[in-house]
Amino acid sequence: MNTPLHLWLIPLLPFVGFLFNGLFGRGLPKWMVTTVALLAPLAAFGLVLNAALGLFGIGPARGSLPYAETCPIPWINIGTLNVDFSFVLDQLSLVMLLVVTGVGFLIHIYSVGYMALDKGYARYFSYLNLFLFFMTTLVLAGNALLMFIGWEGVGLASYLLIGFWFQKNSAAEAGKKAFIVNRIGDFGFLIGMFLLLANFGTLTFGEIATKLAANPGWTGGVLTVIALCLLLGAAGKSAQLPLYIWLPDAMEGPTPVSALIHAATMVTAGVYMIARTHVLFDHSPVALSVVATVGAATALFAATIGLVQTDIKRVLAYSTISQLGYMFLGCGVAAYSAAIFHLMTHAFFKALLFLAAGSVIHAVGGEQNLLKMGGLWKKLPVTFAMTTVGVLAIAGFYPFAGFYSKDAILYAAFQQGNSGKVLWFVGLLTALLTSFYMFRLWYLAFLGKPRSESGSHHPTPWSMLVPIVILALLSISGGWIGIERFAAFLAPAAGARAFVPDSSRLELNLSIVTVAVALVGWFVADLLYRQKPTRPAQLAAAVPAGYKLLANKYYVDEIYGVTVVKPLMAISTYILGWFVDKAILGGGAWLLGGIATFAGALLQRWQSGNIRSYAAWLAAGAAALLLFFTVPALLGSLGIDIHWAGF
Amino acid sequence: MSSFFPQEVPLSWYLLLSAALFSLGVLGFLIKRNLITVFMSIELMLNAVNLSFVTFAHQWHAVKGQIFVFFVMMVAAAEAAVGLAIIIAVFRARATLAVDRIDLMKL
Repeated sequence: MNTPLHLWLIPLLPFVGFLFNGLFGRGLPKWMVTTVALLAPLAAFGLVLNAALGLFGIGPARGSLPYAETCPIPWINIGTLNVDFSFVLDQLSLVMLLVVTGVGFLIHIYSVGYMALDKGYARYFSYLNLFLFFMTTLVLAGNALLMFIGWEGVGLASYLLIGFWFQKNSAAEAGKKAFIVNRIGDFGFLIGMFLLLANFGTLTFGEIATKLAANPGWTGGVLTVIALCLLLGAAGKSAQLPLYIWLPDAMEGPTPVSALIHAATMVTAGVYMIARTHVLFDHSPVALSVVATVGAATALFAATIGLVQTDIKRVLAYSTISQLGYMFLGCGVAAYSAAIFHLMTHAFFKALLFLAAGSVIHAVGGEQNLLKMGGLWKKLPVTFAMTTVGVLAIAGFYPFAGFYSKDAILYAAFQQGNSGKVLWFVGLLTALLTSFYMFRLWYLAFLGKPRSESGSHHPTPWSMLVPIVILALLSISGGWIGIERFAAFLAPAAGARAFVPDSSRLELNLSIVTVAVALVGWFVADLLYRQKPTRPAQLAAAVPAGYKLLANKYYVDEIYGVTVVKPLMAISTYILGWFVDKAILGGGAWLLGGIATFAGALLQRWQSGNIRSYAAWLAAGAAALLLFFTVPALLGSLGIDIHWAGF
Repeated sequence: MSSFFPQEVPLSWYLLLSAALFSLGVLGFLIKRNLITVFMSIELMLNAVNLSFVTFAHQWHAVKGQIFVFFVMMVAAAEAAVGLAIIIAVFRARATLAVDRIDLMKL
C-alpha cells in the first residue's frame, strides 16, 4: 500500500465542472466554459490512468486491487446496517472507468465542435459533466445503494440530455419516456436491494460475495428472486426486452449524447451491474438462463427492426440494443469477462459510429434520413473511412475489435450444452443481420449517387475528427489483447470462467463461421443496395405484411399503448382523476368553501358601511346585555323568580 | 331650606345624571348626521362615565375610580386630537361631514 489513489476525486472533478458551468456558464466566455468542461473529464481520466499504470507496474506502485476507499463520514448507520460512501477499485471497475472517462473525454472534445453554435452550450456541458459524475459514482460504488444513486443520477442526466432541445415536443416526450421506462427497471433494482438487505443484512458487494462463498450449496430460491429483480433493473437501464422501447426515442438528444450515454456508457450499466453482482447470478442457474434468453431474444429482435429503419441514428440505436443483447447473452452463459470485453469494444466502435453519424448529420445540415443521403464518401472522405472501420468492427471482421469480443461470447455460449447451441445460433443469426444492416447503412449513406441536394455543406472541424480517428484506432486494436488475457485479468472481479486457448480448434472453426456469416451479410447488402438499388422496394412490396411489421417495430409501442398506457390513463383519468380527486377531494373542498361563501353572503348584509347602523347594533347589543342582567333583578323585586338558561 | 334639600346629595342623583348624560350621548351618536356632533356625543358619553366613576369613588372611599377618570381623560384628549385630525382629513377628501355619506367600506 503506497500513495493513496484518491478515488473520490474521480467523480468529484466532473461534479465541480457541472457546478461551475451550471451556475456561472451562461455569463462566461465560451473558451472558459470549454476549458472547465474538458478539464474535468481529462483530470478524471488521468486519475484512472494513473491508477491503471501503477497497477501494471509502470511508474510507482499504487497498491493492489481491490483497492477500497471509504468516506470517513458515515452515511447510514442503524443497528447492524452500515452503508457508507465507499468506493472500490477492482479490475472490473478499472476497465469500466477507463472506458467511461476515456470515451467520455473524447466525446467531450467532439461536442466542442458539434455544439459550437448551440445557445445552450454551457448547459450542455454542465449536463455532460453531471453525467460523468454519476456514471463514475455508479462504477466505483462499493455497495448497492451508492450504485443506485449513480444509477438514478445517470438516468437523470440522460433525461436532461435527451430533452436537451426541449422546445421540440418530440424531444421532451422522448425524455419523459426514457425516464418513466427506466423507473420500471429501477423498481426492480430497489426490490432486489431490499431483498438483499433482508437476506444478507448488508448491501456491500464484497460482504455479499463472502457470505455466498461461505455457503456454496445455497442456490435458487430467494437468490433467483433477487437476481431476477436486479435483471429487471438492468433490463430497464440497458434497454433489453421488454423495456427497450425508450432507447430508439432517446435519439432525439444531440448525437454526442447518443454516442456517450445511449451507446457507449450508460446503457451498459446494466451489464456492469450484472457483472458486479455476478456471484448472485452464479448461485441461480434459473436467473442465468433468463438473462441469456432475454439477451439473445433482444439481440435478434432489435436486429430485425434495424433492418428496415431509415433514420441513421435509429439504425444505430437498434444496433445498440442488439449489441447489448449480446452482452446479456454473455452474462447469461456466465462469461462475464466476455460480456465486459464486448462492452469495451462496443463502446469504441459504437461511439465511433455515432460520432461519424453525427458528423454526417452535421455536414448535410441536420438530415437524418438515409434514403436522402448517398454518395457522401466524396464529400466526407475521413468520416467515410472511419465509418468503414466502425462497420467492419461491429460486423465482426478480423482483426477488428468486434471480432474478438463477439467471438468470445458466441464461443462461450456454444460451450453451454444444448441450450447454449440454440443461444449460439441466435447469436450467429444476429451477427448476420448486424452485418447486413450496417453495410446497408454504409451503402445508403456513403456510396451510390446523392439522392437529394444537400444545400448546406459544413466542413467537419478538427475537434470532431480527432475523437473519431482515435476511436477508429481503438476499434481496430481494442480486441488485440485477446479474451484469454482479458478474462485472466478480470478473473478476480468478474468470475473465474477461464478462456483457455482451445486445442480442438473449435474456437477457430466457430470464428470462421462468424466471419463467414458477416461476409454473407455484406454480400446481401451489396446485392440489394449497390448492384440492384430497386430490389429493396420490390422486396418490401413482395412481403408487405412482414415489411410493415418490421417498419412499425412489431407495433410494440402500440401494444404497450393499448395494454399499459391506456389502462393507466383510464384509471388515472376516471378513478383517480374524476372519482378520487374531483368527486371526493374536490367535492369536499367545494362543500367547505360553499358553506363559508353562503354564510358570508348572509352576514355580508350587516356590513352596510354605514357607521350609524353599526352604532345602532352596538347600542342594541349593550341594551340587550343591560336587560339580560337587570330584568331578573327587577322581576325578582316583584316576586317573580326567573333564571336564564345557563345562568 | 335644609329640610327640603338633604345635607348631602344622594348617590342616586349623581347616577341618574350620569345615565341621562350617557343616554343623550348615545342618542346623539345614533341620530346626528354631522361628524363633529357625533364626535362630541362620544365625548359626552365618556364624561358621563367619568361622573359615575367619581361618584362611586367618593361613595366607597376608593381612589381607583378617580385614577380611572384621569386615564379616561387622557385617552379622550388623545382621541380628540386624532379624531379631529381624521375629521379634517375626511372633509378635505370628501368635502362633506355627513356620516351617511362616509361609507367607502360598503361592499
